[in-house]
Order: sequence, then C-alpha cells, then structure tokens
Amino acid sequence: MKTMKKVMSLVLVSVLTLSMMVGCGNTETAATTWKIGGIGPVTGDASVYGQAVKNGMELAINEINEAGGISGVQIEYNFQDDECDNEKSVNAYNALKDWGMNILVGSVTSGCCIAVTAETAKDNMFQLTPSGSSVDCIINDNVFQVCFTDPNQGIGAAQYIGANGLATKVAVIYNSSDVYSTGIYEKFNAEAANQDFEIVSTSAFTNDSKSDFTVQLQQAKDAGAELVFLPIYAQEASLILTQAAAMDFAPTFFGCDGLDGILAIENFDPSLAEGVILLTPFVADAEDEMTQNFVSKYVESYGETPNQFAADAYDAVYTIKAAIEASGATPADGISGICDKMTGAMTTISVDGLTGTGMTWAATGEVAKEPKAMVIVNGEYTNLQ
Amino acid sequence: MSLISYVINGISLGSVYAIIALGYSMVYGIAKMLNFAHGDVIMVGGFVVYTMASGLGINPILSILCSMAFCTVLGMTIERIAYRPLRNAASSLAVLITAIGVSYFLQNIALIIYGSSPKAFTSVVTIPSLKLADGALTISGETIVTIVACIIIMVVLMLFINKTKAGQAMLAVSEDKGAAALMGINVNGTIALTFAIGSALAAIAGVLLCSAYPSLSPYTGAMPGIKAFVAAVFGGIGSIPGALIGGILLGLIEILSKAYISSQLSDAIVFAVLIVVLLVKPTGILGKQIQEKV
Repeated sequence: MKTMKKVMSLVLVSVLTLSMMVGCGNTETAATTWKIGGIGPVTGDASVYGQAVKNGMELAINEINEAGGISGVQIEYNFQDDECDNEKSVNAYNALKDWGMNILVGSVTSGCCIAVTAETAKDNMFQLTPSGSSVDCIINDNVFQVCFTDPNQGIGAAQYIGANGLATKVAVIYNSSDVYSTGIYEKFNAEAANQDFEIVSTSAFTNDSKSDFTVQLQQAKDAGAELVFLPIYAQEASLILTQAAAMDFAPTFFGCDGLDGILAIENFDPSLAEGVILLTPFVADAEDEMTQNFVSKYVESYGETPNQFAADAYDAVYTIKAAIEASGATPADGISGICDKMTGAMTTISVDGLTGTGMTWAATGEVAKEPKAMVIVNGEYTNLQ
Repeated sequence: MSLISYVINGISLGSVYAIIALGYSMVYGIAKMLNFAHGDVIMVGGFVVYTMASGLGINPILSILCSMAFCTVLGMTIERIAYRPLRNAASSLAVLITAIGVSYFLQNIALIIYGSSPKAFTSVVTIPSLKLADGALTISGETIVTIVACIIIMVVLMLFINKTKAGQAMLAVSEDKGAAALMGINVNGTIALTFAIGSALAAIAGVLLCSAYPSLSPYTGAMPGIKAFVAAVFGGIGSIPGALIGGILLGLIEILSKAYISSQLSDAIVFAVLIVVLLVKPTGILGKQIQEKV
C-alpha cells in the first residue's frame, strides 16, 4: 500500500512537471514556428480530394522540416475536416484560428473555399487554395490558387476538344447546384462557339437528384453525341459511367480535374473508366525526377498513387515556402503582417512544382501554367500528349 | 424510341419507390404512425449486402436473404425499443420525433462503421441487358429485375393480407385497434409483424436501388425514403395498391419531367404534382375517406 502511494505521488509530480514544460513549450513555439492549417473534406462525398490534399501537404511539410524548415523555422501542421459543407468549413477555420494558425491552405472544394474566403478576408489571413477553382474563391486580395480557375478549365477543355478533333457532336452533363460545375460549363459553352464542334445536348442535375442519369444519357445518345463532357466530380461520374455502360452508350467521356480520383472510389470497377480523358495539370507517370520522387514517397506513405489534388497541395506548401522566403516574413509579424508581406511577394515568385514549371501568379490570385490531358488506360492515368 | 426508354426507366424507378412506399403505407395503416426511419433501413439493407457480397465474397442471393433477415430483426427491435413504449403516449408527435431520432441514429451508426465516403455497389443482378429494335432501345437487367420483383411482391402481399389469418388480423387492427384486441387479436404482435414485413421489403428495395444506382453511403436511403413517402401519400397512405400506383406515377413523373421539361426542376415538379393531387383529393388517389369521430 505504501509503495502504491509512493508510485502515485511520483506519477502526480511528474505529470505536474510535464504539464509545466508543455506550457512553456507552447508559449515558445507560438513565435518560433509556422503554423499552417489545412481545410478539406476528409470524409463524405468529396473525401477523395480532401484526403489527397491532406496527404500531399503532410508530405511536403515533412520534407521541408527535415531539410531544416523555412529559413530555419519549423512548420507545424493541422488539417481539419469540413465534409464538403460550407458551414463546417467555416467552423474548421475558426478551430484552426484558435489553434494559432498563421497561414491557411484550403478549402479544397470551391463552395467551401468561397465561404471561408469571406472569413479570411476579415482577418487578413494569407490563404492559398490548392484546388478551389471557382473565380469567386479568389475575389479577395489575400487568396491565391494553385489550380486552374473554372473559366480556364472550361475554355481549355473546349479548345483541347476542338484542336485535337476529338468529336464533332458533344453533349454536356453538369451539376447545376454546384458552383464548380456550372462555372466550367458556362465558359465551355461560350468557347465552344469558336471551336469546330457542336454542342448537341445539354442537361443538368442537382445535388438532390444525382443518382439517376438515364434521362441525361438517353438525351445525349439520341442527339448522336460522340463525346460527353462531364465538368463534375468523380462520384457522380462513376454513376454516369455505370449507367452508360448498362444502356450500351459508349462515347468518349471527357472531364476536368474533378474527375481525377475516380479510380480511387472504393469498389469501383476501373474497366468502366477505360478511355476517359481528363484535363489536369499533373500526371503520376511523368518521367521527371521531381514527380517520380513525389510519387514513390506518396505510395510508400499512403499506399496509393497520388492524384492531381495531392500534387496541388504539395505545390501549395512549396509556394508558401517560396513566398515566405521572398518576402522575409516571420511568424512574429502576426497574421495580418504575414499576409501583407506574402501577397506582395506572390506576384514576384516563380515556382517549379509538380503541376507546372515556372508557375507565376497574377495579383488577382490566378495561376499561370499549362494543362495536360490524360487518358485512363488499364485502370491507370496515362499521359495523352 | 426514347419515349419508350424513358417510360421503362420511369416504371423501374417507380417500382423501387413503390416497394419502399409499401413499408410506409403498411406501418401507417396499422400503427397510425409515420416511420421516418424506413429510408435508413433501406441503407442498412444495402450495406449488409455490400459487406457480404463485395467484402466477404458470399453468394449474392444468400447475402440478400441474410440482409432481409437482418433488417427484419432490426425493424422489430426498433419497434420494440423505440416505438412500442410510446404508442400510448399523450401526444402522437412523440413517436414521430422518435422515428426521426432513429433515422439519425442509423445514419450515424453507418457513418461510424463505414465512413461517409461513398462505396461503389457491385450489382447483384447478373441478367444481361435486353436489346430491342437493333440496339436503339436497351433495357438493363436491373430494370427488368426491379419491375418483376415489384410485381411479385405486390401479388404476394395482397394474397397474404386477404387469404391468411395473420393478414386478416392486420386488416382488423388497422380498422379498429381496440375492437381487434377485444376479439382476441394480439395487437402488439400484429404491429411487430407489420414492421418485420416492411423492413424485409426495405432490404429488397435497398438492394434493387443500389444495383440500379450503384453508389452506397450512409445517406443513400434519405432521399428515396422521402420520395417513397410522397408516393405513399400520393397513392393514399394505408393502401397497398395505392403504394404501387403512387410509386409508379411518381417515378414516371420524375423521369418524364426530367426528359421533357427540365432536368433540374424534376424534384420541384414532383412535389408540385403532390400538392395539386392533395388539394383535389386530400386522401390520395386510393385513400379512404375516414370520418373523424367527435
């Protein structure tokens, strides 16, 4: 009994001492580390993207920390789930602010990103979204994008189809209740007028009716479409591919970065996605050393081939590093001070990343880089060019 | 040719609604309560088959039977634990709120077990699709199975209710609970049986739904559940042929309005039609006019 008491008191004393040390640690690190927060859907319909961004960021941050941090300052990292819900995304942002975040990477999806942007603008927090591609994501001066904007994707897709003569009759199926999808569709539609193909059928669906696509597919089939443009996310696309196969409709399916990740859906039959073309800035089987290094590390850590979102996130972290180094900002500058210095530096830097070499940014927040087309062959993303 | 294709797809979608609507309708007819957890029992049925057939590689037919058994037990357990103690509560709203609670409970249990990322459901139907008119019209195997399953279920259920003692007991309880009890009918047992049948049907509906639209998440049952509830009200809640008619009509309206009016407004049109029908005939198409005793 006596020894028990002794042990107990020893434990108590050590816990107390430890907690004091932890306390000290906290106050000290607040000024001497970068606290980078991330927001995205780690669960839910869009979890493929959030998970990829979370992993990509983690990989880049670990690399930077191992190599000595940003100008000798280590990075702390915290990723919050928003389930692709606007309100939860704002809650996640508030949680990260309580944690002491200096810089935000997120949100992953456009809708959530727009919601969070309103908050970061109020706080003047530097925000870099890896994949929020709507133009509304970057209306504020403190926000920059790593991915293409939706108009660029829509225009790029129309030009690619036209320039490569993929089809003369094109059908479009888009999600009218989603800002990402509508944004791409509108620009695609406008640019199609200048291209050598005709849009023969346009049909939409909403978030409340995204299981039955037989009608939309039948309309495309009746119109004689050779190519169906899908500016939508992978989950709905997987249903469209399944239903098209069931009704013996086999056009070329063409998508944007939202389709990236379709092969990662649990239990999805990859043969359904055979021949699907998507425009995306990252190809996992690219030959360059940087991509191969990233892919092998990613596969080793997370057991799957990284998609474009992981690469965008990885580039986002290195872009932040470049902007910090160029601006000479330090964690001691405070949230608003860091933001002012970094936004100034963003237009001056050029980053060689996984998703593009020599990426530069306009003051609007838009990135300049080249899209690549990929085709799915034997369940793998393959470079088309 | 595309009109025929739309109609067939509409009937197929409507058949799924009809099977789900049966569960709502029977429970309402007999226990006079709206079981809002019914849609989530469908999701549970889907997940049981997904786990067994895709996860463990068990024969699909056996998986479906197990799923039906599981959902039957689940339905009876829900009734026993969550609904029966409240049946004679002062407010009939109590059971309604409990049903909504059970619905969230089931969704969240599924969220914890399976996570919220959607799973691609491997269709259990192995019948090849039917090609007519030189391939201009293709009817998928799932569509055929769904429609056939719906017809079989309706016929068997009508026979069960009209020809068996247990079915007659159900009719009696739905007419007058008190009088049925006086005649020696086990009212609690009959209600439990209703839940058992409704939940077994929900399991079948879940499998058919996920086979036709192969994506499964904890929220899979929510929207079809609401639509099927509309179908039940549409056809006259409490009536079995009403559920069939309501379900099929709803499926047809949804698909045809998507095809010919607007693919985005289909839900709005479905609910607008419901409002019009209820204004003209408040008890639904086949609903009985019930005199409220003062």
